[in-house]
Amino acid sequence: MELKTIATPHVPVRYFECGTGRPLLFLHGAGGLTAEDPFLNALAAKHRVLAPLLPGYGDSQECAQLRDMLDITLHTLDVVDALGLDDPLLVGHSMGGMIAAEMAALDNHRFSRLALIAPAGLWLDDHPIPDIFSLVPYEYPPLLFHDVESGAKLMTAGTAFDNPEWLKGFLIANARQLGMAGKILFPIPERGLAQRLYRVRARTLLVWGDGDRLIPPAYAQAFKKAIAGAELVSIPEAGHMAIWEKTSAVVTALERLD
Amino acid sequence: MKFTWFNLMPWPYLPDDFRQNNRSVWVDIDQRLFDPVKAHSVYNTYMDLLEYASTLGFDGIGVNEHHQNGYGIMPSPNIIAAGLARRTKDVALVVLGNSIALYNPPLRVAEEFAMLDCISGGRLVAGFPVGTSMDTNFCYGQIPALTREKYQEAHDLIIKAWTTRDPFAFNGRYNKLRHVNIWPRPIQQPHPPIHIPGGGSVETYDFCIDNTYSYSYLSFSGYIRAKALMDGYWKRVAERGAPDDSPYRAGFAQTICVAETDAEAERLYSKHVSYFYNRCLHVFAGFADAPGYRTIKTIQTGALSQYAPPTGWGEITWKELTEGGHVIAGSPETVRQRMEELVKTLRVGNIFCLMHVGDMPAEKCMYSSKLFAEKVMPKLRGLYPEWENDSRFWCHPIPQVAPGSLPRDARVAAE
Repeated sequence: MELKTIATPHVPVRYFECGTGRPLLFLHGAGGLTAEDPFLNALAAKHRVLAPLLPGYGDSQECAQLRDMLDITLHTLDVVDALGLDDPLLVGHSMGGMIAAEMAALDNHRFSRLALIAPAGLWLDDHPIPDIFSLVPYEYPPLLFHDVESGAKLMTAGTAFDNPEWLKGFLIANARQLGMAGKILFPIPERGLAQRLYRVRARTLLVWGDGDRLIPPAYAQAFKKAIAGAELVSIPEAGHMAIWEKTSAVVTALERLD
Repeated sequence: MKFTWFNLMPWPYLPDDFRQNNRSVWVDIDQRLFDPVKAHSVYNTYMDLLEYASTLGFDGIGVNEHHQNGYGIMPSPNIIAAGLARRTKDVALVVLGNSIALYNPPLRVAEEFAMLDCISGGRLVAGFPVGTSMDTNFCYGQIPALTREKYQEAHDLIIKAWTTRDPFAFNGRYNKLRHVNIWPRPIQQPHPPIHIPGGGSVETYDFCIDNTYSYSYLSFSGYIRAKALMDGYWKRVAERGAPDDSPYRAGFAQTICVAETDAEAERLYSKHVSYFYNRCLHVFAGFADAPGYRTIKTIQTGALSQYAPPTGWGEITWKELTEGGHVIAGSPETVRQRMEELVKTLRVGNIFCLMHVGDMPAEKCMYSSKLFAEKVMPKLRGLYPEWENDSRFWCHPIPQVAPGSLPRDARVAAE
């Protein structure tokens, strides 16, 4: 796993690269991405994986010019150009799924395959998505994981939620990362995607943990309905972080787009 | 010195077990705890108290803006200020302030402040807070990382609208307006004095210094804890090459309770002080700082324990609150000593006196306010004699007409 930097018109972008094979562009969720991410590493077994960090994530530079959904969508298309990718498999999780769906709707002749794993971007009044911006750290695991206890350990690398060093690191990273994510997710993670999804021409796979308590599976049905020909794979005993909890099941599901 | 009598307007009927059964006094407070019928008398008593303060010799009476908040039932301070403008004379109306990033377009603030300045005869002191994360982000939905930029644009628009005499186009990022031409405009020229409430960011220091605005630190934790922040401000004033270090460049809010003796102060007020500090300030940590709203530095220096799983509720006591300076309370002499220490150590010319505290009944509040006005305030007046004539940070009223100028009846004499 290598962490590299590439120039784009607005800001230098940090990205992870690993593996060989057909190129796969992975867009991370609001929680961010590290070199140890099990999903990224599992994808690398069969793909050349490229996973850019949204500006402000990890150690990457913030970018004040990116203010809204269009800015961020176009910026991420700039990243695809900068990396010189030709029709990569476009994969996004949660917030990254929202961005990927926007890219596929906006530049709709560019991507032939799209995988959305529990994407954000729609809003159903009957299924309000919890406000991730007002959560304190110990409140995350019940919303993110099917197995709350194991999930908490994955999140904190085994330490306790009242460990001051961990708390400080988490809150500082959150201020930067969720500060950026807030531009498209706060206070409601919906920026008009519903009226653009008809434009998606890529073969689309939806992957959803059937125990997702953050973006509940009702949203899977809404996406399936909105994107022509989309296929849905439900992952049993998995929450919003299915990519961590059931890594191999998600990787296997992606093979449907081979 | 300028003393402003301030009322946050707390809801006085939060139950004893409020903290046990509610996670927050702000944002998602239980609606059922609000009783509109009781609010009729609460609002009118609070407005009566503000008017009473104006008769005691305070320089200003102050109001502020909060939303969905159990200790501040004043989402629109301008409505209260309009009522006060009609029923008071000579006293400054300190509206501290309007959260200008929340209004679309913020011209509304330019207009309403202009109305207040005209109705009151030039008595407006205008406050422009960025606003707390609770109000701005969680109640009013502003995107945290963009709030400051939107605030800045709102400020620029308001000032330009107040000071430009011909219609102009304003092509902002958040406001697109082709014909800006406010009607009415304020009496005070070029515009009413501006106070900016801040929480320690260098950008806000510079903003105040560069524009000759007064920097206000509105904290509930008292003057002792405020020392480091205010020292940072004055250091910046020197570094930035401000033309002077007038104490009126700064203001501070302080909870104050006065009685005949220290013991009487504790007996009369400790219950109400406890109501405020233990019940009203019970804010859920998740609402305190939307990610992206506050700087990394603030998090590095902040208390982290509130983000950990709760372990129970400790009550902060009268002794801790008075010794720690959250509350300045006691006999007139005790209060004078501590206020003098506050004024000198923080170097502040504007004091926002939080004289109504928690669920304090009107009589006690009047008693405390009167003692402060008669026995404390006069002894603090002359603390910065060399800056006595610095009028840049205060209002400039015109000779005022009294309300009630109508003829005795509506009949018009036959012609």
